[in-house]
Amino acid sequence: MIVAERKPIEEIVNMIRDFNKVLILGCGTCVAVCMAGGEKEVQVLAAQLRMIFSKEGKDIELIEDTIQRQCDKEYIEPIADKIRSVDAVLSMACGVGVQFTAEVVPEKIVFPALNTKFYGATIEEGVWSERCAGCGNCILDKTGGICPIARCSKRLLNGPCGGSNNGKCEISPEIDCAWQLIYDRLKALGQLEKLEEIIPAKNWQTSLSGGPRKVVREDLRK
Amino acid sequence: MKAGSRLEKILEQGNFAVTGELGPPKGNDLEVVKRKAELLRGKVDAINVTDNQTSIVRMSSIATSTILVQLGLEPVMQMVARDRNRIAMQSDIFGATALGIKNMLCLSGDHQTFGNQKGAANVFDIDSIQMISMVKGLRDDGVILGGDDKVEGDIKIFIGAAANPFAEPFEFRVVRLAKKVKAGVDFIQTQCIYDMKRFKKWMEMVRDRGLHEKCHILAGVTPLKSGGMARYMAKNVAGIIIPDEIIDRMVKAPSGKAADEGIKICVEQIQELKEIEGVHGVHIMAIEWEQMVARIVEEAGLLPRPEV
Repeated sequence: MIVAERKPIEEIVNMIRDFNKVLILGCGTCVAVCMAGGEKEVQVLAAQLRMIFSKEGKDIELIEDTIQRQCDKEYIEPIADKIRSVDAVLSMACGVGVQFTAEVVPEKIVFPALNTKFYGATIEEGVWSERCAGCGNCILDKTGGICPIARCSKRLLNGPCGGSNNGKCEISPEIDCAWQLIYDRLKALGQLEKLEEIIPAKNWQTSLSGGPRKVVREDLRK
Repeated sequence: MKAGSRLEKILEQGNFAVTGELGPPKGNDLEVVKRKAELLRGKVDAINVTDNQTSIVRMSSIATSTILVQLGLEPVMQMVARDRNRIAMQSDIFGATALGIKNMLCLSGDHQTFGNQKGAANVFDIDSIQMISMVKGLRDDGVILGGDDKVEGDIKIFIGAAANPFAEPFEFRVVRLAKKVKAGVDFIQTQCIYDMKRFKKWMEMVRDRGLHEKCHILAGVTPLKSGGMARYMAKNVAGIIIPDEIIDRMVKAPSGKAADEGIKICVEQIQELKEIEGVHGVHIMAIEWEQMVARIVEEAGLLPRPEV
């Protein structure tokens, strides 16, 4: 899923303080699972903002709603009129949802209430961790199913570097050395010989380095 | 001869090589470079010039190396993958060789979070092993990475890389060296060695694979200045192991004599390293202590340096 985290409240307050009527719009998919921008978080944020604005003597009307996905027209269009009826939208979706909501209803300004972090998974309650960098050319078959692009601090394709210590990365004892994980995994799978081969320089054209990306499936186009 | 550098000649003629290290200034103070360079003149065969080590902004490795060339000294230009993509690297190698630089060291580089530009975007377009193979392609095939574009001119450079026998996973360290050899490395400088037992075990694994005959291994040493430094390094520097007996010797040295003890240990280490089959030289990293290199090589019986 896309993992996100709510922005500090002061930053959000400053984005919307000059509007009279604001829709706080949650997203019911990834950011709901990572407890950053689903229905519950919309309620919490709305309550917090109401308290702050009432203390300041500001009269801002806050409307709450959550749709299944802000990255999908099908879900945005049914609430288009509601969006048009407010002065601004505070989107609790990832960066995709923020932009796409504004694309579907371009006459309204949409603000981000979250910082979009990465593609990851819940590894324990309250902890999410990055797993994929969306590089556009998966090499997990070569690295025991552990991604060095997303999980090695230096994106090494022929690691581990000399900073790998007790299974941890040189930059922090909180970060596992991805190449130690790869080594252990391949050892367990009896495939250590894979590490004898040099993985050649990666073609980053499929990543963000190649410019904004688009997937086109001719077989599905109308 | 692949590059015709002094370092290459020393090693190819079977001499025990000595390299030193020069950290460029945190600015453009030429006098710092000159002062450090003169401390190393005649004491080492080549001088490594670090590339923004620990991610602290310093005079560039290529410029500092060029100054050494102008002073009649031989640099080993270090290049890290952290700050340059393949375009910048190849371009800088063209420039470096045109300026008379004949050795380089291909490194991943310390992560930028260690330095004074923590918010910088890193590059890591290619890794150190891919860098070795890229440089070899420029030199031996005269072609640009991944293409058929011919290089105008003739890239003559002796290709080095690092190895750390003390990082994890230990069993994999020799495999990684084998990959560097496969990629085309000519010489290796190791991380500083204090744990001789582990280094000897590593060298045994190196010899088992015959890697000592395919590249020149220069063993890294760093003289300890004090018991505090020994303790600090043992605890805080990733990939360095300092056995307790060495820390004890440093801590127990009489007051004012710790530095002497550090030099003594370093000299003993060099003498022990010289006897290991497959070790073709020593790389002395006397960080901000360049003035001690002369004494170390003198006491280790490595002077005068051979003429080649």
